[in-house]
Amino acid sequence: MAAYRSAAGFQRVLLAFKHVCLKQRCGVIICRYSTVYDPNEKTFDKILIANRGEIACRVIKTCKKMGIKTVAVHSDVDSSAVHVKMADEAVCVGPAPTSKSYLNMDAIMNAVKQTGAQAVHPGYGFLSENKEFAKRLAAEGVTFIGPDTHAIQAMGDKIESKLIAKAAKVNTIPGFDGVVKDAEEAVKIAGEIGYPVMIKASAGGGGKGMRISWNDEETREGFRFSSQEAASSFGDDRLLIEKFIDNPRHIEIQVLADKHGNALWLNERECSIQRRNQKVVEEAPSTFLDPDTRRAMGEQAVSLAKAVKYSSAGTVEFLVDSQKNFYFLEMNTRLQVEHPITECITGLDLVHQMIRIAKGYKLQQKQSDIPINGWAIESRVYAEDPYKSFGLPSIGRLSQYQEPLNLPNVRVDSGIQEGSDISIYYDPMISKLVTYGKTREEALKKMEEALDNYVIRGVTHNIPLLREIIVHPRFVSGDISTKFLPEVYPDGFKGHMLTAGERRELLATAAALYVAAQLRSQKFLGDLRVSIVPAESRQWELCVELDKGVHMLGVSRAGNNYTVEIDGEKVEVSGEWNLASALLPITINGKHRNLQFKLRVLSKLAAYLSKHMPEKIPEDTSSILRSPMPGSVVAVSVKPGDNVAEGQEICVIEAMKMQNSMTAAKTAKVKSVHCKAGDTVGEGDLLVELE
Amino acid sequence: VCTFLRVIPYAGALTRSKVLQNARCYSVSHLSVQERIEQKRKAALTGGGQLRIAAQHKRGKLTARERLELLLDPDSFVEYDMFVEHRCSDFGMEADHNKYPGDSVVTGQGRINGRLVYVFSQDFTVFGGSLSGAHAQKICKIMDQAMMVGAPVIGLNDSGGARIQEGVESLAGYADIFLRNVMASGVVPQISLIMGPCAGGAVYSPALTDFTFMVKDTSYLFITGPDVVKSVTNEDVTQEELGGAKTHTTVSGVAHRAFENDIDALLNLRNFFNFLPLSNKDPAPVTECHDPRDRLVPGLDTIVPFESTKAYDMLDIVHGIVDEREFFEIMPNYAKNIVVGFARMNGRTVGIVGNQPKVASGCLDINSSVKGARFVRFCDAFNIPIITFVDVPGFLPGTAQEYGGIIRHGAKLLYAFAEATVPKITVITRKAYGGAYDVMSSKHLRGDVNYAWPSAEVAVMGAKGAVQIIFRGKENQAEAEAEYVEKFANPFPAAVRGFVDDIIQPSTTRKRICRDLEVLASKKQTNPWKKHANIPL
Repeated sequence: MAAYRSAAGFQRVLLAFKHVCLKQRCGVIICRYSTVYDPNEKTFDKILIANRGEIACRVIKTCKKMGIKTVAVHSDVDSSAVHVKMADEAVCVGPAPTSKSYLNMDAIMNAVKQTGAQAVHPGYGFLSENKEFAKRLAAEGVTFIGPDTHAIQAMGDKIESKLIAKAAKVNTIPGFDGVVKDAEEAVKIAGEIGYPVMIKASAGGGGKGMRISWNDEETREGFRFSSQEAASSFGDDRLLIEKFIDNPRHIEIQVLADKHGNALWLNERECSIQRRNQKVVEEAPSTFLDPDTRRAMGEQAVSLAKAVKYSSAGTVEFLVDSQKNFYFLEMNTRLQVEHPITECITGLDLVHQMIRIAKGYKLQQKQSDIPINGWAIESRVYAEDPYKSFGLPSIGRLSQYQEPLNLPNVRVDSGIQEGSDISIYYDPMISKLVTYGKTREEALKKMEEALDNYVIRGVTHNIPLLREIIVHPRFVSGDISTKFLPEVYPDGFKGHMLTAGERRELLATAAALYVAAQLRSQKFLGDLRVSIVPAESRQWELCVELDKGVHMLGVSRAGNNYTVEIDGEKVEVSGEWNLASALLPITINGKHRNLQFKLRVLSKLAAYLSKHMPEKIPEDTSSILRSPMPGSVVAVSVKPGDNVAEGQEICVIEAMKMQNSMTAAKTAKVKSVHCKAGDTVGEGDLLVELE
Repeated sequence: VCTFLRVIPYAGALTRSKVLQNARCYSVSHLSVQERIEQKRKAALTGGGQLRIAAQHKRGKLTARERLELLLDPDSFVEYDMFVEHRCSDFGMEADHNKYPGDSVVTGQGRINGRLVYVFSQDFTVFGGSLSGAHAQKICKIMDQAMMVGAPVIGLNDSGGARIQEGVESLAGYADIFLRNVMASGVVPQISLIMGPCAGGAVYSPALTDFTFMVKDTSYLFITGPDVVKSVTNEDVTQEELGGAKTHTTVSGVAHRAFENDIDALLNLRNFFNFLPLSNKDPAPVTECHDPRDRLVPGLDTIVPFESTKAYDMLDIVHGIVDEREFFEIMPNYAKNIVVGFARMNGRTVGIVGNQPKVASGCLDINSSVKGARFVRFCDAFNIPIITFVDVPGFLPGTAQEYGGIIRHGAKLLYAFAEATVPKITVITRKAYGGAYDVMSSKHLRGDVNYAWPSAEVAVMGAKGAVQIIFRGKENQAEAEAEYVEKFANPFPAAVRGFVDDIIQPSTTRKRICRDLEVLASKKQTNPWKKHANIPL
């Protein structure tokens, strides 16, 4: 049971259930690497990590194990970030915007020269798949820890990569390969392929910039968005349109290749749980693949890697349909975000392998040496509001932050700590929470527990959604696709739906905590001139508000045991509580659930009198448009006096590289416009008023 | 029974039969007294009657008695003067149906979380809660007793104003209350919660008390209402705009905080009450604390941005350091460039004062000086240690401030800090520039423990301005600026002179303060004898 008492007042209790399971606190991590870090194997003296956040920290960790000195680069707002503190040296490469710092090649090249780093690890994102950067490093005689420019170029271009894949006898998606010049051409191409089609930036990796279109209108809109996003993220506005495979799974193969023509496949990662084409929950292996399919996919991936003379770690992404037909999607020529789950089941340290390969060593393993040991699950913990289209970025300061590292078989890759700021400039990922088990069931159970023990305050986070996904019957049974979220939550994620039993337990806990807090507030220490006359009571009648429902409860107390009566049923709640702690161990009857809820507890009297309180009239939101998240205004399409139709685009807000079209909630005349392109806006800021 | 027995001596001279007869008579009249008592009590409990109660509820307001029930611990209320009635005999007021037992206010004492408090709650259902001589007398009675016993007074105000029918008697009643407010000031904490109208002279009672809280949308405070305003100044203004909770908590600074509704306000008031000592003879209360006193706050090590011009939220520091992140902010929406409020450190109530870099760079101006000064003086009067977080670039320049009298208003804060004899702990988190450095509970004003964070800069002014003066007209301003920064934009100049006692790692701040408060709990310091001091009002 985890509970949080908000500072706002004793009558408000924010609760998160968890049962007491504190037996194993030894913190043995089973998913440790089987890799041997050979101290005699000569390697680089100093590596610069051209990235930030968790991935920079991740790379530094392996460097430390290998005895390599590390250099961090950072923007000015990141100067006290964790990766900067972890590294042996740090160089500031510019102001906060990524284009001026982490994407600023000149500054990073200077940092390399200044510190004498012999190699650069680019992490993921930023310059990781930028052939220009790799070239400039090569020109300076600095090793780029990744594939060579040829492979980056070949695989970075979605059109060229497909041609190569086809030639290497890799299954490819039917569709049109070509550069799209304008919206009308996009419509024409889409028509030829047949809807639905997918539009995305040629140069972009992952799902960013990818849009699905079902008709001409959407194609035009998709073209505009994708090209804008492509331009702002990659400085390259070329696009790609191809057949969209309905209801597919996203399964990818990790490959590892050295500079001597050897290549291995390190099994798959199932990454089907996505929102807006960005991965949320990943696992390895996949429940869906049989050994034959796995081998077929692995072999194709390896043959593609060999076709482009790939070296370093890379990922070949496939779409897999319900018939287990798989199609090549793209190859990511970098370390993937979700690499830890592969590390867990294979025992390999991928960063170590990348560094060895970059130094020119041969792979130590043969394909037959690559195991699937157990099961690993990764949840991406984001600073975002899961109740708004499965996650709109939120920003803020982590006022309290506690990773569930006290649990065994839990790995948390993060680059932040208590007090860190989640800003609008960078990806809102807080951490990657990885759990491991001998079986999938074990790994899932551990994930449940880890999520419940995770304390994040100060920013809105997506743990409620993650928590729901991993216990959903469809997920648990392995029946998933990339459409999992929209299918399971067609009206958006609304939070956990309580069962009657859970509701009872939650109410009982809230009531018991309320009583404990009340009793504590009567305890005054020291010599008192006027004696305290505490309200003698062993019985409390309370009202708990939950989801707008009001519940009457009776509570009686004996020491640390509370008996709560709800609708004639008794619930026993007990625990010795430190009310200042974010996590409270609570025992309820014997059945346990893990949830976060906001409740309001009132005395019976206060609840009774509440009926007289005036209702506050909520603001009419149809005539005002507020920013749903912090970000910057990309474009404003209206001016005062314009007539707009319901659903018409009013402005576009960009946050964390994602563009959101804001539309009119009704047909009306524009009264006033409170923002202009380039403005930075906060969540809830007034953008446009309608008449 | 008591009354009956008392009759016996009188009956001593009479024959037995007469005694019996008399006794019988008396028991009849006794019954009628009993009945009348019951009747009066019942009438008192229903105030102005069911219709008016319904009307009160319809306005979204609770009755005087419902409010007391919520405010006080169950069954702890002891009522005084339930049988008092007004004494007006003009304008038909003498008629029985115009007399309400208890008149338009409920008074007494009770307990909040077990601790004694005196209360009055004006009853709007009786003559609109208007103040009669009797009403005032009831309030004065509990105030006198509160002062003798040494317990706080809470007033729940909901009154249309003076009882016009009583004329000067009503005015006299106000003055009697005002006098007691002044006499009680600094002796017992006085809190006003405005839960309805409070207009005319009546406003000065809340104004004299230590804290004035309001209920949003249903309470008003003004000297003259919108009608009079219209006729005198020709301004069109609504009640809400003129004297609503929003006006007084954001613009005028008359009220210290506003709450959503009656229930919210009363429950918060219970919470707030736990921070206060009962009187000036009592130490700051210490409650059971579950938050470890030596808890490190790692987030504080990174909270101050590297660029000294960049803002951060002082509330993040406050929340991180105090017990359980619980901070009861006073005037959260007024003069936001200074943060004041109550919190606990290892269970003990402390007053927090902090410059807020997020608003107007945390500078001191007229409003923030006055806000801070009044809070500091309350803490000093009631033995509450003061913890000051300093990040102040100076006083706000400009004609508006100078014409408004920033000199005498700024002096109030300086005065308050200098005069205070309670434990004073100061933490300089970043800037402490110019005169504002002196003002903010500096060592020179008898700060007991003054700390600097490594990010502290104690200097006469910022580097740029300083260099422009020292090296006027010289080239290489940038170089000179760098030299100045090197010399002064750090805690050393203050530390080598002993103006700060130590330079501490921010994450250890809570631990240090808790330890210091333990030591300073026995601090004794007195100011020279004086009739009273003369703060620059």
